[in-house]
Amino acid sequence: MSSKEEVKKSAKTPNLMVKELKFTLKKMRDTPLSLIGLSLVIFFLLICALAPVLAPPKWYDPFRIPSTGTYGREPEPPSAEHLFGTTSYQTDIFYGCIWGTIHAFRLGLVIVITSVVVGLALGLIAGYYGGIVDEILMRFTDIIFAFPSLILIMALVVALQTVTLPFTLTGYTRLDACIIGIVLVGWPGYTRLIRGEVLRVKTEDYVEAAKASGASDLRIIFKHILPNTIYPVIIVASLDFGTIVLLAAALSFLGLGAPGDYADWGQLIYHSMDWVSSGLRYWWTYTFPGLFIMLFCLGWNLLGDAFRDILDPLYRRK
Amino acid sequence: MASENILEIENLYLNFYTYDGIVKALDGVNLSLKNGEVLGLVGETGCGKSVTSLSTLAMVITPGIIESGKIEFSMGKRKVDILNLRERDLLKIRGRNISMIFQEPRAALNPIYTVENQVTEVFLHHRKEELIKASLAELEDAAKKATGLKRSIYKFYISLYKGMLNNPKSLRLRFISKIPILKRFQNRMKKVARKDIVELLKVLRISDPERVVDMYPHELSGGMAQRVVIAMALACNPLLLIADEPTTNLDVTVQAQILQLIRELMKKFKSSILYVTHDLGVVAQVCDRVAVMYAGNVVEMGDVMTFFKKPLHPYAQSLLESIPRPNEEFVSIPGTVPSLVNPPTGCRFHDRCRYTLEICPRVKPKFVEVEKDHYVACHLYR
Repeated sequence: MSSKEEVKKSAKTPNLMVKELKFTLKKMRDTPLSLIGLSLVIFFLLICALAPVLAPPKWYDPFRIPSTGTYGREPEPPSAEHLFGTTSYQTDIFYGCIWGTIHAFRLGLVIVITSVVVGLALGLIAGYYGGIVDEILMRFTDIIFAFPSLILIMALVVALQTVTLPFTLTGYTRLDACIIGIVLVGWPGYTRLIRGEVLRVKTEDYVEAAKASGASDLRIIFKHILPNTIYPVIIVASLDFGTIVLLAAALSFLGLGAPGDYADWGQLIYHSMDWVSSGLRYWWTYTFPGLFIMLFCLGWNLLGDAFRDILDPLYRRK
Repeated sequence: MASENILEIENLYLNFYTYDGIVKALDGVNLSLKNGEVLGLVGETGCGKSVTSLSTLAMVITPGIIESGKIEFSMGKRKVDILNLRERDLLKIRGRNISMIFQEPRAALNPIYTVENQVTEVFLHHRKEELIKASLAELEDAAKKATGLKRSIYKFYISLYKGMLNNPKSLRLRFISKIPILKRFQNRMKKVARKDIVELLKVLRISDPERVVDMYPHELSGGMAQRVVIAMALACNPLLLIADEPTTNLDVTVQAQILQLIRELMKKFKSSILYVTHDLGVVAQVCDRVAVMYAGNVVEMGDVMTFFKKPLHPYAQSLLESIPRPNEEFVSIPGTVPSLVNPPTGCRFHDRCRYTLEICPRVKPKFVEVEKDHYVACHLYR
């Protein structure tokens, strides 16, 4: 190849990428909501990164909230020592919120990635091969969808807490049970989604053409089907990120999630339950953790919407 | 039949098992394709043209099952029965020896890859060795000129490419080809492939092939897309090319260009072509021989000239009469196409035929050679 051609090619490829990237950025600028979502998520990421500075851990396990542990004393209002005040047992809300962010990201990432991987694999198999495999897998997802999800998760978590696992994800059996329970109930959604997409793409001519030109099943699945079906999954996964944290908080609130002094937003809300009845007198106990949960979910939901606008080719060029 | 046939289909039966019942889509199809000729396969919608052509690649659309029959394909001196091959061997034949052009060119291209990526994939799949050898030669040239670090990088690449030739499944290669930056050693091979692709597109008379290889399918016009699809099909100089209505969705001027192109390419690459269409005009223009299908049967097969002058089967006669002509009243074939769930007994055309004999509804006519190289399945010619 002559050097002239080489120059031509190297000049061309990045141009296209830069053009698309610029278009993506422009698209984001045009939708202020997506910018808000992105900045919220970045804000929480910053909190994660700065956690050891903002709230230096006092104990060996940074996720355990430091507290004086005095029983029966009232929560203290926000002060210089406790920025967001304290809640039951004098646990520091600020510390809990900051380290709870890391915990939320960890929960979201582990659960979303695991359910997406499991859901994708099973959905691709079910959609591509069809037949009896498809039938079994889809009836199984039907069974899971037939139960109210929160009730099923609670049942699974209670059952899983009694099982000793050979590995640990967080160091606490209760939290591991929580994560596994949510994954077990979460994957069928992705499986259904990807299966439907695979069924749509499978009959496209280019898949047939790839087959006619001698491509193996694995090659067709990974080169032709997966890249054409992945976008809705990315969108749903980013929307689910917030939902899963909300779900985990609900489990903690119900007493099934994190242990007592663990830095978990749901746990903090659970603590504030005793003080809600006295109206606005102990407002800080529920306001700050609630605000964190709300903003986190809002951020991911807006980002999910933005992903749809940006990634979905049907919306992208509108 | 003589050994010069590249493809012979004998008594192919194919059923679709649907909720409405068993659709007897192919009912003993007989077909032969000589080396280096273009055989036109004509028939109306739903008569089994596409199913026949897909069967040649042992590809059956899901509820369908090939019940019996033989599809003999001769690769050079070796003859294989496509239907008895294992999936692994089929993958080697598809695309390498038999390739296919699809009806809707833009749908046949994956929307997320550029032309270069799509054609490269076929290249890498079937012609890897040639590409490796070519890039190895280039690398050795470059290594002589280069100095210092660059030279050692080239040396490393050369060892990798040699490894790919000698032991393509070695642990080292599999490992390196998975790691993001290191796997770029394959780029040299892709560059060589790109050069070949540009050449191929030039042969297909695409203007400015350098630009077109970087385009996505949605940026191509119908004619260009069809040429790219043809390029993919021809990437490995196949022995047999199956063209499933390649010009149906193109407008007439582009159609003429593509038809001419197919004729030329056939001479250049010495491939045989099975040309599936419902357009008798196209058949007259491109094909050497023609086979007429009706309701899952090949009813007549013969030389194009003799066929148009003297069609033997009553269906073929009616078909030719029903071509619209100016200043003449339009003639159509009475009756409707039979349901293939409950096809007529005996000859499947007997209830629409103008010469129905007493034997027709009872016995299925045999596919026999009436004149030299002119086969008909009809009781009138026994």
